[in-house]
Amino acid sequence: MLKTLLSHVKEYRKASLITPLCMILEVACEMVIPLLMASIVDKGINVEGGNMPHILLTGAAMIGVALLGLLFGLGGAKYGAKASTGFARNLRKAMYENIQTFSFSNIDKFSTSGLITRLTTDVTNIQNAYQMILRMCMRCPISLICAMVLSFTINAKLASIYLAATVFLGCILFLIVFIAMKYFSQAFPKYDELNESVQENVSAIRVVKAYVREDYENKKFKKASGNIYKIFKKAESVVAWNNPVMTLTVNCTLLLVSWFGAHMVVTNELSTGQLMSLLSYCMNILMSMMMLSMFFVMISMSLASMKRVVEVLDEKADITNPENPVTEVADGSIRFDHVSFAYNKDADRPVLRDINLEIKPGETIGILGGTGSAKSSLVNLISRLYDVTDGALYVGGVDVREYDIETLRNQVSVVLQNNVLFSGSILDNLRWGNKNATEEECRRACELACADEFIQKMPEGYQTHIEQGGTNVSGGQKQRLCIARALMKQPKILILDDSTSAVDTATDAKIRKAFREAIPGTTKLIIAQRVSSLMHSDRIIVMENGVIDGIGTHEELLAKNEIYRDVYESQQSGSGDFDEKGGM
Amino acid sequence: MAPQPRMAGPRGGHGMRGPRPKIENPGKIFKRVMALLFRQYGIQYVIVFVCILLNVYASLQGTMFTKTLIDSFILPLIGHENPDFQPLLQAILRVAIFYGIGILASFTQQRVMIYVTQGFMRNMRDMVFSKMESLPIKYFDTHAHGDIMSIYTNDIETLRQLVSQSIPQMFNSIFTVIGVLVCMVTLDIPLTFLSLLMVGLMMLITKKAAGLSSKFFISQQKNLGALNGNIEETMTGQKIVKVFCHEQESLDEFNRLNDELMDSAYHANMYAGAMGPINGQLGNLSYVVCAIAGGVLAITGVTGLTLGGLASFLTFNKSFNMPISQVSQQFNSIIMALAGADRVFKLMDEKPEVDDGYVELVNAIEKPDGTIAESDVRTGVWAWKHYHRESDTTTYKKLEGEVTFDHVDFGYSDEKIILHDVDLYAKPGQKIAFVGATGAGKTTITNLINRFYDIQDGKIRFDGINVNKIKKADLRRSLGIVLQDTHLFTGTVMENIRYGKLDATDEEVYQAARLANADGFITRLPEGYHTMLHGDGANLSQGQRQLLAIARAAIADPPALILDEATSSIDTRTEKLIQKGMDALMAGRTTFVIAHRLSTVKNSDCIMVLEQGRIIERGTHDQLLEEKGKYYQLYTGNAVTQ
Repeated sequence: MLKTLLSHVKEYRKASLITPLCMILEVACEMVIPLLMASIVDKGINVEGGNMPHILLTGAAMIGVALLGLLFGLGGAKYGAKASTGFARNLRKAMYENIQTFSFSNIDKFSTSGLITRLTTDVTNIQNAYQMILRMCMRCPISLICAMVLSFTINAKLASIYLAATVFLGCILFLIVFIAMKYFSQAFPKYDELNESVQENVSAIRVVKAYVREDYENKKFKKASGNIYKIFKKAESVVAWNNPVMTLTVNCTLLLVSWFGAHMVVTNELSTGQLMSLLSYCMNILMSMMMLSMFFVMISMSLASMKRVVEVLDEKADITNPENPVTEVADGSIRFDHVSFAYNKDADRPVLRDINLEIKPGETIGILGGTGSAKSSLVNLISRLYDVTDGALYVGGVDVREYDIETLRNQVSVVLQNNVLFSGSILDNLRWGNKNATEEECRRACELACADEFIQKMPEGYQTHIEQGGTNVSGGQKQRLCIARALMKQPKILILDDSTSAVDTATDAKIRKAFREAIPGTTKLIIAQRVSSLMHSDRIIVMENGVIDGIGTHEELLAKNEIYRDVYESQQSGSGDFDEKGGM
Repeated sequence: MAPQPRMAGPRGGHGMRGPRPKIENPGKIFKRVMALLFRQYGIQYVIVFVCILLNVYASLQGTMFTKTLIDSFILPLIGHENPDFQPLLQAILRVAIFYGIGILASFTQQRVMIYVTQGFMRNMRDMVFSKMESLPIKYFDTHAHGDIMSIYTNDIETLRQLVSQSIPQMFNSIFTVIGVLVCMVTLDIPLTFLSLLMVGLMMLITKKAAGLSSKFFISQQKNLGALNGNIEETMTGQKIVKVFCHEQESLDEFNRLNDELMDSAYHANMYAGAMGPINGQLGNLSYVVCAIAGGVLAITGVTGLTLGGLASFLTFNKSFNMPISQVSQQFNSIIMALAGADRVFKLMDEKPEVDDGYVELVNAIEKPDGTIAESDVRTGVWAWKHYHRESDTTTYKKLEGEVTFDHVDFGYSDEKIILHDVDLYAKPGQKIAFVGATGAGKTTITNLINRFYDIQDGKIRFDGINVNKIKKADLRRSLGIVLQDTHLFTGTVMENIRYGKLDATDEEVYQAARLANADGFITRLPEGYHTMLHGDGANLSQGQRQLLAIARAAIADPPALILDEATSSIDTRTEKLIQKGMDALMAGRTTFVIAHRLSTVKNSDCIMVLEQGRIIERGTHDQLLEEKGKYYQLYTGNAVTQ
């Protein structure tokens, strides 16, 4: 996991190396200061009459060292920031690039909100952790080791007290962190549960109020927050030992050093200045220990983020371009040859089973069926949004897996069920279908999709800005814009997946009429719930539970297909959906 | 020291980062937080402060000991043949006692603090939640759900930091600074001045760096917002991106925003990161300057500074710099926390749903003579208990489900009336349908019956009683509702259906599920009725969720029912299958049905056609067809195309 992540440091490797180096040098500078101080005391102050030149000289050296330390510290800050923000940038970029290669099934696997969290919060967590590792986690152990080594060079006997204290404190801190982590790992899911409960109550407040369940929810929430109270109290009580144990160790060490140190100074084994240096190293060592234990906790908390990011980075797109792809779609014919399809390879029952179907160029095909009858799955195979599990599918006489994906998708234009418009002008949105389209071409596509009428009525016409998610146009308008966008490609095959459900019946009919007259050569597949949207198609396919239940013209199906008859009758003499009229 | 619970958004993490938010009246908010805290944990919080004082005192004593150690015990003994260490031992023991007190105080402080903060957090959460539950629907309409969530995930969290860290630390810092200053003055006055001068310099430089950093933090926030917006948009439309082979274009745009963010994040982090070394190394510089000056002073002996005094002073100098550089950060994080507290209090200060109703819903028995009497046990018969103050009498009226609207006007705000002069009359047991385009006001009308919103003008009566007089809870209990957006709760399928009637037996749950035709798919779920549902029932299809919502309403067995597009996600064939169940559910109940699919409403007793907040046509299906108006036009939609 770490290897995958670190491979994205790339051009920031240099900064990533310089940062700890700066930190080490900064620590070194800090370590030298007490040494120089000892020299001032022993050779400057504590000699007969004092040695003023020595004090000033050493003092100047100390100032120099402190300034040098500042320089290295600033360097560390600069390169640390560069390395961590650069790393975050690379991670985001790599994830985003990989997501662009994802097929539909890859996307389904992660869910939209899952991908968003990984690209935003998780990367930020890693960025912070990385910066901390580079700057602090190098600093602490080095500071610890330096202080320890210097202490030993000053006086091995006294320094061994430090060593003992460090080992003692290390064990205790490790134990505390270990136990606390156990509790915290129990606590976080509870915390998520609590937030989930709030989230539910916010979005389902009408249900709560309609059933007068305020008290019930309050009780439920109190129980959850009480659980959190208990477990966090437990966890933090463990952490609460940190400070007293630390202080106890530091204080005992100081007293021991004072006691033995005093003896040694008196017997001339140690100078006063050295004793002072030792006392200040003591703080250095034990503070470093403390910091280390804290970082350990914080970094292990960002592990979850790392795992989630690596999942996206490691995901392999399961649909890729073939070698020597075909870059020309001959015509708009489609042939399903014993096609089976399952979203999940291990599913015991495929979604589509043994589909055989032949569609001629220019034909208009209607597709009807209940929810879950696999209508969308059927058409999604055509532009290779998913790959067939078994059998083969041919477009223009060639297996879809042999086409260059971009060629195929430009010739097979799909209007998906979940339509999305992007922020930008209407023209910008239309040009998704054809980058170089003139305004005139855009207008023509809109006329075909019956979108021109309402666009003209908008104050800024084709320049009107669409908000993110298309929130400033109605459902029916959005669908018509999406159809226009798909038409911009001038495809050989056009697929509408329940794309006129929010368009009123009159406009719906107008759009179909336009298709018939303006693009007769294009093969059209139309999925709809309303029989009226389909009944004039050349042929209608009735889907049921992943198989084709019937196929034929309106009259044929009415005569011999039970499902079709059922649906037709339930909607008979106008299923009149009350929805937006024309330009609303 | 404790790791923070997960926090969403960039506000989490280092409290001192980022620009200081602007809030009005921080003093007042602070007082309010303190008042809340002291009401709950006053004594404990005072104990914490006492402990802090003791701790600071003990550590000052410890540092002063260095002077005593060197001046009184080491230097005088140097050169003695048989040095007497007895007094030193005594001194060490004395200091050990101080240390002991300090450790005890620190331990007590930590323990009490946990009790206080966790308890305070729990109480705040409970308070905010129960307050939220009492708020009117309007509040949820006018506040983004993300913002409400962030009160729980961010703002209460910052309150915790305020109470458990910022305030005690600030207190600690201030006491340490004062204590250290006093000790330093007793050691040497000129050196103290020098020390203060260095601190001033330090603060000046940090302030400069902080200013620079906050400028970049603002632009980092802006770029982060832009990038997150882009990510959200493209990830939501990722499938469209694929269909249009638009990968390269999205990538280009993303890369541009990503690079911009990196640039500002780099500068922001760099200046923020520089604060540490600046403080640290300037501290060292101050240490060095004092050491030199102290050395000179010690030699010349002008101010009577001893070597031990210098050693102590230098340690004090170090412990002086740290709290001073921390105070400004702590102050920043207190302000941040107060901004969070402000948002919490805003919610706490919202007006809860007004409920002046006094008419109650009670169990009743119908006596042979036709009068109604109150009953203690569940009888299946319900009555409105109506107390009349003028005559001091109580009357009972059987609950039947008659609903009337009398010239009702309504708007979500007073300026924009969206329902105009609505009149309607539903007899007990009737099925009333509302049809009309999106935004015509169908859902709004039903939301008025159970008083999700209050009307501007006119009267709504339930069984002849003005709904304003009925206790809201009782009014809502008498109305079952299946909403357009189905919401389920985390829990088993069983628990979700039981939501409609908390004391329902398992058998009743099965019955309700069968009625809604949900039994079939539920038994096919991996664990049947005990299958856990998560994230609003994400593992179910929209249609299945609607079936569960219908079962939930069925089990509540309410006298009146509102079905708001309850079958919109169920395809026409399945709808036909559950039609029998729906008919059984509606039998004998006053039912309001909203649908855009006309087949759903055909057999209603009365159909209201709504357009832009007005009822434009009303009548039975046949009457409306004869009228040849809007309904006719829509019903025969196909004809228009010719």
